[in-house]
Amino acid sequence: MNNIAITLHNFIIENFGIDINLSLAISYFLIALIFWSFLGVIGGLLTFLERRVAGRIQSRIGPNRVGPQGIFQMLADGIKLVLKEDLIPALADKPLFRMAPYLCVIGVFSALVVIPFSSDIVVADLNVGVLYALAITTMVVMGILMGSWASNNKWSLLGGLRSAAQIVSYEIPAALSVLSIVLITGSLSMQDIIRAQGAWPHQWFFFHNPGTFVAFFIFFTSALAENNRVPFDIPEAESELVAGYNTEYSGMRFSFFFLAEFANVFIISSLAVIFFFGGWQIPHFLISENHIITNIIMIANFLFKTFVFIFIVLWLRWTLPRLRVDQLMTMCWKYLIPISFICLCITASFVLFFGGKSMIAVFIGRITQ
Amino acid sequence: MIYEYLHIFTFIALSILLVFVTLLVQRFLAPRFTNKMKSSTYECAEEPVGPAWINFNARFYIIALIFIIFDVEIAFMFPVATSFLSWVQQGKGLIAFIEIFLFAFVLFIGLIYVWAKKDLEWKKEIT
Repeated sequence: MNNIAITLHNFIIENFGIDINLSLAISYFLIALIFWSFLGVIGGLLTFLERRVAGRIQSRIGPNRVGPQGIFQMLADGIKLVLKEDLIPALADKPLFRMAPYLCVIGVFSALVVIPFSSDIVVADLNVGVLYALAITTMVVMGILMGSWASNNKWSLLGGLRSAAQIVSYEIPAALSVLSIVLITGSLSMQDIIRAQGAWPHQWFFFHNPGTFVAFFIFFTSALAENNRVPFDIPEAESELVAGYNTEYSGMRFSFFFLAEFANVFIISSLAVIFFFGGWQIPHFLISENHIITNIIMIANFLFKTFVFIFIVLWLRWTLPRLRVDQLMTMCWKYLIPISFICLCITASFVLFFGGKSMIAVFIGRITQ
Repeated sequence: MIYEYLHIFTFIALSILLVFVTLLVQRFLAPRFTNKMKSSTYECAEEPVGPAWINFNARFYIIALIFIIFDVEIAFMFPVATSFLSWVQQGKGLIAFIEIFLFAFVLFIGLIYVWAKKDLEWKKEIT
């Protein structure tokens, strides 16, 4: 069951007996639909979760009226947003204005293709998975820049330019810190990276060597910055730029920007888990004969770790003050990039001298000699 | 492998389709009472002063140039990093390490140069 599309394809052929090409197309479409709606629900859930967490941190209650504990708040919000008037400014560049949300959504949702949920459940285990994930999420900056420019609004323009400078700059430390992981595994496939790690903390790449230990913090910081999350939310800083790049957007178009942002929180948290915290790896005694149960445990493990990071992202928003634009650029170019270069060198020398063995394995080896 | 890449196109196509359908639904459900004031550009309830498509001091021009160089460098580093482990196992690790280090170091000197030229500063004194 290495490829769920082929499994589904065979299932459709056996049970419905339709044309091979048609069933292949149906299975691809169904998989895309399932994963798309999964990420959509996660994105919606996070909009609710963020307000709940914010409420708790600020000694409030937060939304709790719609459904038990307010869990259906996202549905109510969705219905409200669909019923809102969709305004396009008269002076805006209309084709670009309409196109921008599409690019944001494509950029975020296509990144889900390479995210492995368990050893079997991954849409496509591309051999360039890491590069693909880094590249396709940058599509969001195109959408943001396009929307901000097309709005013909000064707030949007400022937000868009800030966003472009920020996302473009933080792309470099993010890629450099992921490179140290690639050095250890020698593969760009997500599944290979996870298989090179283990279930227990000492087998994670986070504790592999001092280089990767620091690289994780650099990766997470830059991922936050790429996603325009607090403390790097200067593109939409509501107290200085009204709403930044989405000032002129309303109704569903606005909500697509928002959905993309929250879905991106899930994507960056899952990437952090995959690269540094062992992904879906579970201890050997939990692997049972039953294939399905093993997979369910793996998915639960992966989602649990991911939600820990999502909680940290939400927590940071109500903890840290916003950075100024020049501080942000200073932090990226004068601190993160040099440090990530040093991390890369440390990791490369570790691979060179110890052949890819982790710091702890080397240490234990020395003691037991 | 080609079938793996088809997934990406399905995802992109589905993203476009679903966004389009949602916007279409909104078109039928949402009220449409536009007037001149509503569709004017938002500028804190003031009359908009000119368009926003103006020449603007972006301050990150040099940074954008450095970014391109660094991004190309990263694109070069990815294949090297992928095969580094196998080079180490073949015993060619030290040479590869020195080569990668020199390659990265030249670019790093470039960053130091830009830094020393104060192009990374927000305020730059033009002499």
